[in-house]
This record gives sequence, C-alpha cells and structure tokens, in this order.
Amino acid sequence: MYSQTVARISRGLKDREYSSVELTRCFLDRIQSLDGQLNAFVTVDKDAALASAAAADERIAAGTASALTGVPIAHKDIFCTRGMRTSCGSRMLDNFVPPYNATMIDQFNREGAVLLGKTNMDEFAMGSSNENSFYGPTHNPWNLERVPGGSSGGSAAAVAAMLAPAATGTDTGGSIRQPAAFCGITGIKPTYGRVSRLGMVAYASSLDQAGPMARTAEDCALLLNTMAGHDPLDSTSSNQPTQDYTADLGQSLAGLKVGLPKEYFGEGLDTATAQHIEQALRVLEQQGAELVEVSLPHSSLTIPTYYIIAPAEASTNLSRFDGVRYGHRCEDPQDLHDLYTRTREEGFGEEVKRRILVGTYALSAGYYDAYYKKAQQIRRLIRQDFLDCFAEVDIIAGPTTPGPAFALGAKTSDPVAMYLEDVYTLAVNLAGLPGLSMPAGQANGSPIGMQLIGKHFDEARLLNVAHQYQQHSDWHLQAPALAQGGEG
Amino acid sequence: MSIDQEEIQKIAELARIRVADDQIGPLTDRIGEILAMADSLQSVDTDEVAPLSNPLDATQRLRDDTVTEENRRDAYQAIAPATEDGLYLVPKVID
Repeated sequence: MYSQTVARISRGLKDREYSSVELTRCFLDRIQSLDGQLNAFVTVDKDAALASAAAADERIAAGTASALTGVPIAHKDIFCTRGMRTSCGSRMLDNFVPPYNATMIDQFNREGAVLLGKTNMDEFAMGSSNENSFYGPTHNPWNLERVPGGSSGGSAAAVAAMLAPAATGTDTGGSIRQPAAFCGITGIKPTYGRVSRLGMVAYASSLDQAGPMARTAEDCALLLNTMAGHDPLDSTSSNQPTQDYTADLGQSLAGLKVGLPKEYFGEGLDTATAQHIEQALRVLEQQGAELVEVSLPHSSLTIPTYYIIAPAEASTNLSRFDGVRYGHRCEDPQDLHDLYTRTREEGFGEEVKRRILVGTYALSAGYYDAYYKKAQQIRRLIRQDFLDCFAEVDIIAGPTTPGPAFALGAKTSDPVAMYLEDVYTLAVNLAGLPGLSMPAGQANGSPIGMQLIGKHFDEARLLNVAHQYQQHSDWHLQAPALAQGGEG
Repeated sequence: MSIDQEEIQKIAELARIRVADDQIGPLTDRIGEILAMADSLQSVDTDEVAPLSNPLDATQRLRDDTVTEENRRDAYQAIAPATEDGLYLVPKVID
C-alpha cells in the first residue's frame, strides 16, 4: 500500500481495504528501515502518529471522514506543531517546542490527516541542496551521492522514496519546485497569500508561500483543497475565494496557449534537460495546446534582485532570535550584548549568517537606495514581464532547473554557484505567481522537472495541465530502486 | 561596489552576530562575491518605476479594535531560557 497515491489511499481507507493505523504503521516502519540512508526526517513521534490514526479510523467508521482523513502526511520542519519540536533545520531552534500550531497544521488536523513526522530542510529555508541543515544533509533517493534539492529537500526525498504519500513544503525562491524536480515528484507553490503563513517560520515575508508536494498533480490538488484559504490571523493572507482544485483536472487542453520564454531555453540549460522539456511540450501539443514563444526580458536580473530582497527581509525576520524568549541561548553571557552576539554566532549556520549580513548591508544607511530600493523597483519590472506575457498566453512552461540533481558537496563552497540553481524559479516568487514542477524525464537515472507558471490565483489551471500531462506520460510513476526496499 | 573587512565588522555588529577573527577574511570574500553579482542591478534605468513590496499590491488589512487574543503568558514563558515572576531574564544592563 505504500506505493499508492493519496487519491487511491483515500478510497482504500473508506472502502476498509486497510485502516489508517495499518497504513500509518506501514509508513513508520518504512521510515525506520530506509531513512537511515536518506535523513529525510528530523522528528518522528510514532505514538502520536498512531494515536491520530486511531482517531481517524473512528471518524471513518462513523461516516464523517473527508478526503484526507487517516492519510499520513509529512510536514516540513518549518511549520509550528504544538508540543512537537519545530527546528527549522537550525541549531537556533533545536530546543524549540512551539506552544501553538501553524494554521496549516490546524487545517490538516481538522481534516483528520495523520502527522507522520517533520522533514529535514536547509536552515531557515535558505538553500538549494538541503546541505545547510543543522541535522546533516538529506540524500537524494535516486542517487544517494546527490542532493535532493532544497530547501524542502526532506519532504521531496520522503515522498519520492515512498516514506510518505505526500508532504508539505515552503517556497521562497524555488524551495518546493526545485526539490520536486530533483526527486521526480510533483509540487506546487501557490499564489502569494493563498496559504496562510501563520506559524510558518518566516524567511522572506513578501516571497514565502507554503504548498503541497506529492507524486501526482491530483494529489497536490487534494492537499491544496485543505491548505488554501483566508486566514484572518495572517495579514498578508488573500481573501480571494478558493475553489475545489480537483474539479477542473479533467478539462481538455485544446486551445490552451502555452508561452515558452526564450530566456529559459538558452545558455546554461543542460542538453538532456532541454530535450526532455521539448518532448514534454510535444505531449501538451498533441493534446491540443498551442506553443507560443514569449519573452521575459528582465530574466537576467532575477538572481541579483532576489538575493538582495530575500536577505534584506531575512535580516529583519531573523532579528527575533536573540536568546531571550525562546530557542538557543549561549552559556554564561557576560552582558546583554554578549548574549545577543554569541547566541546568534552559535545558533546560526554559515549561509544564514551570510544572508543576514548581506541583508543588513542592503538595508543600512547609505546603501538602501542602491540595493534594496533598486531591487524592489526591478521586482516591479520582472512582474510586469509576466503580466505582459499573460495577456497573450494562458500558462508559461519551461525547465524547473538548469540540470538534474548535482553531487553532494559540489557547490557548498561557492554560494553564487548555488544561487544560479534558482535561475528559473526565483522570478515566480518575485511576481507572486503560482508555479508547479512535475516529472518530465530522466537523465542517467536522475529526474528532470518541467515548470508550469500560471496567472495569479490560477492554481487550478496548472494542476489541470499537469494532470493531463500525467494521463499521457509515465515519468511520475517511476520510483527509485531504494523505494522498493523496506517494510510494507 | 566592493566591501572591506572593516565594513563587514560594522555590519556584523549591526546584525548582532559575533564573527571570529579568522572568519572575517573568508566572510568578506564571500559577501563581496554576492554583492558583485548584485552590481548588475545598477545598469537598469528605474527612475520612473515605483518599488514593489507586495507582489499583489495588497495593503495591510484592518480589523475591529477588539481584544481577540487570550493571555497565554505562561505557555510562552515555559519555553524561555530564563524567566522570573512573569518576566524574561537577561544579564544586568545597568549597574
């Protein structure tokens, strides 16, 4: 049963093929036997998971179950879970047990979903390889010598290795889509403000967005149905009405206009990746979609724009970690200044410190106009590029990443080389648009992802296109050899 | 724009992060590379462009001015490194 999709599990539970307790135990056993190779999970509470599975079984027996009741789901360790450590991949929060739940956790609890465990991630969601975790890197289940992507790398690896049927992630510059691409699964970053940020540890508040990661577009739609919605406790939460994201999955692609930005198919794109994306586009074309070349002229500026704005916001958000109210505190502080500076020296890893310092610099007197304000102005130009395209086309498609997963350690000593990994994903966050990655090929056993970008609040269309593609391809059905082992 | 070690020390102080002496050099190099990458922003004419801080141009919503939060001080202070009588403890600031 471990290889079943969320949609299939949902039916299996209601038809009493198995109970949620049996299902949850199966995944817990798989985590126990396989996660030693992956390091995808940071925290697993078996007793709590089995208790909520038993409660779900009662609800199913009572006939009050909804789509996700009894379905085990792994959550990125960035979402606050009451009574369960929420580390955000950092030494700073290694001892942090939140006294409240993220809104998104409450949403899954209301549905009766089972919290399977908390997944590994780059510290404070800053990274593209999962190598910045205080708990050590997560390994890619397709090739243990390679990275799973980041920052939601634990969630992606867990789903790909079938240690969980689905997971949640967050995406500030590609952190759902890039690991989904590297691990051969489907993930969607919704429109900015679509999913509540309350209780999601903040990195860059004008870019952060949570979303689902699963093996199919249909499963992502099922999870998004639970996650999306207005939250009065998050002042940037959108009050646009939500919809049933599964309703339009079956729609035909006839007449769909797909924009292909010429900047996403040029220099820097790996040859095998380019070939697979071309083939995937042909599949869309065969279903009646029309391919149109478009241009995003400010694409070359997205990396510098993002790597000013995100660190600037991070430097303010992370100022809250001061060793006074929660989290790490240094031993024997001599005075208040020593308490702050040594706590933060010890609690933060190298990449987090770099981004805080870059952000502090970009916001400091004398540099604010040249860096932060300038980046915000260019952010408007980048968004306008997309709005101009969407006057002509329904969605935009291209590669999620310049190439497949790279080797562990290959880019850790060169931050700028690591930042280049995000070249196709960052602009989507800067513009606040929804973006999806789905499996569209493999090169030497490593998955390749295709990215679909939609208009604001057009998640249903992206899921529809991905679902239709998955009816006519089988890349999403491929599983790494590692997933075939283990219990269950 | 390049950045020197003295500036890195100043920023680290503003950010309240202690940086060990032997780390200042490598850190200056890495941050210098990141800022060099950002230099391309200066080549764009943005005179007529308003900064974009929210991708949906949303503004802060207001709510009714009523009490909605309950007092959960004990729960929040239970996870603090040091408290006493409902107060957070820090090293002595004034002698």
